[in-house]
Amino acid sequence: MTDGLLRTEDLHVWFDLPRGGMLHAVQGVSLRLDPGERLGLVGESGCGKTTTALALMGLLPPSASVAGQVVLSGEDILAGAEETMRPHRWVDVAMVFQGAMNAFNPVKTVGSQIVEALELHGRATGRDARIRTGELLASVGIPKDRAERYPHEFSGGMRQRAAIAMALACEPSVLIADEPTTALDVMVQAQILELLDALCRDFGLALLLVTHDLPVVAQLCDRAAVMYAGELVEQGSVDELFHEPRHPYTRLLFAATADLHGNGLPVSIPGAPPRLDREIDGCPFQPRCDRAFSRCDHDRPLLREIAPAHAAACHLNDVAAEAAPR
Amino acid sequence: MSSNGAGPLLDVEGLVVRYPVPRGLVGGLLRRPRRSVLAVDDVSFAVERGELLALVGESGCGKTTTAQTVLRLVAATAGRVTFAGQDVTELSARRLRPLRRRMQIIYQDPYESLDPRLTVRAAVEEPLLIHHLGGSRAERRERVREALERVELTPPDLFLERYPHELSGGQRQRVAIAAGLVLEPELLVADEPVSMLDVSVRAGVLKLLDDLRDGGLGILMITHDLSTAARFADRIAVMYLGRIVEIGPAAEIIENPQHPYTRALLSVVPRRDPRDRTRPQILTGEAPDAARIPSGCRFHPRCPLAIEDCRTHDPELRRPGSARTAGHEAACILA
Repeated sequence: MTDGLLRTEDLHVWFDLPRGGMLHAVQGVSLRLDPGERLGLVGESGCGKTTTALALMGLLPPSASVAGQVVLSGEDILAGAEETMRPHRWVDVAMVFQGAMNAFNPVKTVGSQIVEALELHGRATGRDARIRTGELLASVGIPKDRAERYPHEFSGGMRQRAAIAMALACEPSVLIADEPTTALDVMVQAQILELLDALCRDFGLALLLVTHDLPVVAQLCDRAAVMYAGELVEQGSVDELFHEPRHPYTRLLFAATADLHGNGLPVSIPGAPPRLDREIDGCPFQPRCDRAFSRCDHDRPLLREIAPAHAAACHLNDVAAEAAPR
Repeated sequence: MSSNGAGPLLDVEGLVVRYPVPRGLVGGLLRRPRRSVLAVDDVSFAVERGELLALVGESGCGKTTTAQTVLRLVAATAGRVTFAGQDVTELSARRLRPLRRRMQIIYQDPYESLDPRLTVRAAVEEPLLIHHLGGSRAERRERVREALERVELTPPDLFLERYPHELSGGQRQRVAIAAGLVLEPELLVADEPVSMLDVSVRAGVLKLLDDLRDGGLGILMITHDLSTAARFADRIAVMYLGRIVEIGPAAEIIENPQHPYTRALLSVVPRRDPRDRTRPQILTGEAPDAARIPSGCRFHPRCPLAIEDCRTHDPELRRPGSARTAGHEAACILA
């Protein structure tokens, strides 16, 4: 796999469970994000998408153990743990979270916290830092004079904008946004998505959008990676994923999503994801799959390229390849 | 008036809900005028038996307050709520109780609405005990099983003795619905019933509501999700700052919206197909504040089409010139 800007190589994350045992939350994820690219990391709760994002930032809790590589511009920043992560966190790779409630300290003004971030990273001090804060807020559509306000005086959308401004303080090349619009109203969501779109376009920022919301990814991203039970089951352009999905989970996930002008009712996927505290034999989606066959319950499919820049982890693609005329 | 008369199951007329805003110590000492929030301002609609009406709008538009007033969890300041021919707004608490049984609510968060210490059996049986219904212990158990079967938690034996933490989100929401259904209500108020659930199980819960509707239940669904409303509602009412600004058959509202707010709202709904890249018409301006409702048409400060008259003229709901179906109304002088 070529380097790209940021990639993971066979990333694994385990969590120690309080009553003993381990939860294998991320199971060998290899992702690549190119400069200026917009990649959606999609999946349902518990699939490991947020854990993957936190691993990229080196922000996993102490109960987690990590294996594999996180390669930023050719350097494995996971290799030296905190030592090699710290210089890049917020500087090259920054992150915004759902709701942005916890991004700010409630007893300090929004502006002073961005000034603090700038000073902490040696980007600017004193008057310069205050001027830069005004510029950062302006770049996300917040009037400069709002810097003197407290977080609770901001609406949900404004708070998310301010969190994005703070994440951009050190001019990172990658922004990870974890469910950035999930708690917001649809009109405010549209404003934030427009902002993220403009930031990618104007500053060449690469975006990793972590979300359960397929339509948001379909509209904003170039490519998407679909996660299920801790692993990537399909990745490709958003157009291919919608029009030519090569994994039943991707197809069923789109079919389960209501669309404004679609025909008929969305259809749910029966069953529930497997537990991740025990080893899975075979394909993790097999119990819920509408096209499972004999091989699926004991032979775990690997993510394989089936067309240029389109990969899926499903035995059906082997069947299709064998059946195709040579 | 007969309780099973020919009128609609639920009839809301001219509903107004005003909340006082605390002045705070300084405001009180300075004798500043008392402010109030007009959360619901002259709202009228009806829900028929076997109909699902979706009340859509952004947070703060008054949709949840409207629903709570229907159930009289919030008192109406003015207007009337009639349920099965009886005026709910005027009833004493004692006379309200038998009506309460007939209208049930399910909430957004099945993680909070179920008591973690109660088994599924106890959670579904509890409403029967509260309302002194269901007869003997054996009869109650039978009704609990029936309710679980109706929400497709089958076989019931598999679920009866489980606790909420042993269930998935979709299963919990089904238990919450079963606890509402066990009283055999005629009206179900569903406040964002699937927004906390994973995509793969949402459709199943919505299909269940759809089936219950087909079985004659009237459903008032509160949602901010227009895609869900488009697929599952018979009619849609769009609220903005305490008013219904447009109402009509779901397909008509989605395909032929007449109010500029409805059009803007629909334009920003992300579509599933990447090829359907929409041109979102993003409204700017501050989020509307129900304590400061603009003069004239309350949408005019954010409306891309507003003309001079809109500042002074507060438009009423009426049938727009280009409406294609009966029952389509919009509150816009340009529609």
